[in-house]
Amino acid sequence: MPDQVTFREAMTAVLRETLAANEEAFLLGEDVGIYGGAFGVSRGLVEEFGPERVLDTPLSEAGFTGLAIGAAVMGMRPILEIQFSDFITHCMDQLVNQAAKLRYMFGGAASVPLVLRTPGGAGTGAAAQHSQSLEAWFVHVPGLRVVMPSTPADAQGLFRAAMADPNPVLFYEHKLLYNTKGVLPDEPEVYEIGRARCTREGRDVTLAAAGLMHNYALEAADTLAEQHIDAEVINLLSLAPMDSERVCESVRKTGRLVVVEEDVRTGGWGGELITRVAESPAFYALDRAPARVACADTPIPYNKRLEASIRPSPERIVEAVTQVLANDPGRYA
Amino acid sequence: MAIRKKSSASASEATIAALPAERQRALLEQMQLIRAFDEKVDKLYAKGAMHGTAHFCVGQEACAVGTLCHRQEGDVITGTHRGHGHAIAFGLDLYRMAAELLGRATGYCGGKGGSMHIADVEAGMLGANGIVGGSMGIACGAAFAFKQRAQDHVAICFFGDGAVQEGIFNETLNLASIWQLPVLFVCENNQYAMSLPSEKATAGGSIAGRAASYGMPAEAVDGMDLDAVFTTAARLLAGCRNNGPALIETATYRYLGHSKSDANRYRTREEIAQWRANDPIERYSRTLTERDVLDDARSAALAESAVEQVEQAFARAERDPEPELASALEDVYA
Repeated sequence: MPDQVTFREAMTAVLRETLAANEEAFLLGEDVGIYGGAFGVSRGLVEEFGPERVLDTPLSEAGFTGLAIGAAVMGMRPILEIQFSDFITHCMDQLVNQAAKLRYMFGGAASVPLVLRTPGGAGTGAAAQHSQSLEAWFVHVPGLRVVMPSTPADAQGLFRAAMADPNPVLFYEHKLLYNTKGVLPDEPEVYEIGRARCTREGRDVTLAAAGLMHNYALEAADTLAEQHIDAEVINLLSLAPMDSERVCESVRKTGRLVVVEEDVRTGGWGGELITRVAESPAFYALDRAPARVACADTPIPYNKRLEASIRPSPERIVEAVTQVLANDPGRYA
Repeated sequence: MAIRKKSSASASEATIAALPAERQRALLEQMQLIRAFDEKVDKLYAKGAMHGTAHFCVGQEACAVGTLCHRQEGDVITGTHRGHGHAIAFGLDLYRMAAELLGRATGYCGGKGGSMHIADVEAGMLGANGIVGGSMGIACGAAFAFKQRAQDHVAICFFGDGAVQEGIFNETLNLASIWQLPVLFVCENNQYAMSLPSEKATAGGSIAGRAASYGMPAEAVDGMDLDAVFTTAARLLAGCRNNGPALIETATYRYLGHSKSDANRYRTREEIAQWRANDPIERYSRTLTERDVLDDARSAALAESAVEQVEQAFARAERDPEPELASALEDVYA
């Protein structure tokens, strides 16, 4: 069996590869230097590339995000780390009004090639201000790209794609992924942003998810298989752009759709995905109403059991699929 | 770091008086162009001939001209929502600015930006900005790029007294100082953030004083006095190049309202008249006359020429086509 690496190791390696290959690339954020980042992703990089390429910033997300935007406009390749994705609220103006809009406002005369990495998601007992999944906000902002890897191989393939992209890319890393393991391809791969991947073929139901939730969907599919339910799993990988075409293609085969997302249900990107399916000819292939598995419309509670009670889990996905399949339209006739 | 207030230059310092006569007159012409441009735009709004909104810098001309005349090849600037003066003093083309304001395809942004987003990124004009303080980080990023690339350019960052109360003012002055980024922060203190007087909004009173507390050279100067802005900006800019940041606070005034919808309820006619009596263009014209580089005939000719250049720019732009509707969907992504 080939060697397995952790998601964290894969991220560190791809950051190292990027900094080594492109002298205009630099990493900046809070505690990314000697500390190695709050989750250890940049450990060792300041020693290797020096403090001019790996910069510890003061706690000023708006300021250093603005700085990254300016450097990107000048042609550099900044990689920012926002220590917890919740802190992105500090730099909303910079992301929404500056990074996303400069190119458009200037009639195409500027580009902002930056990558913003940020650990998101719940399940770590970090409570309401360190656990959110706010990525849907940015799906709503034209000019930004939003990607979300699930495995070490995804992390590298998507990161290389993000660095090659001339637009601002938000790169969401789920905290619970850092210690998960996977195999890397023999040859370095560059993903295509906006292209979903089918990671498990099936005939009975389509599970569409991204990030950690994709891995939960695969686990759920294993359980469903024991019940002779054959689930197809689509890993979106990118939320903006969102490959709803690939999901529609799958739905045309399975006739059933369950979307799994960790952001709160109301206003989440899952609603957008289901709407796109409903607006497309794939709608006619649906023989059950689609469903969402999402976080409850609450802040993330601290207590472990409370936290688990409001988050998606493989078990909850299995339940949702079971319910969708049980909702035979004949029953409403 | 001390805050210095200086009105006269010491012997070794750059002065306008030491420039060739032609150059001295060119600075007057730039101020006149800025004024003629904004007065034209104001008239177009009054006639209902212009879409959207704009913010005028009539009265503030000396700030942009007195700082940007020191710009060297490779230096970049970021402007503000009240940005026509910055763009003109930077050297942007009046016709393409007029076209942008008229929403024409030939405008700097293809008609998609308007007054608040005029930019010429390739030339180093990194954009006016509709968000107060929004471009301060961008200026720092450009300066960061200069430093990383070992280039001796400077980023000149304009903002107003309103931006000084925003969090990003603190964040960027701090970053620029700890990382010694070559940024010249230019605060145009025109006394009002829309309707709120600067003195009621600024704890401690002095904006230059705040900047000094970040460990950078900072000076307050009479922004209605082109000679003073010129000399102070020259000194501070020279200190920025290959070095760290500095801040210049120019005390100035906007004669017109905040934007076209302003009824001036928060200030008196007398106050406006007092500042107008100290008009930067008239004041500089008098100085040039005293220096014998300007006479009345030449002065009148310059003012007339400024109005004529602006009229021609708008007349030409008016004949230009509107953008194709399809362009509304373009340039969202590179």
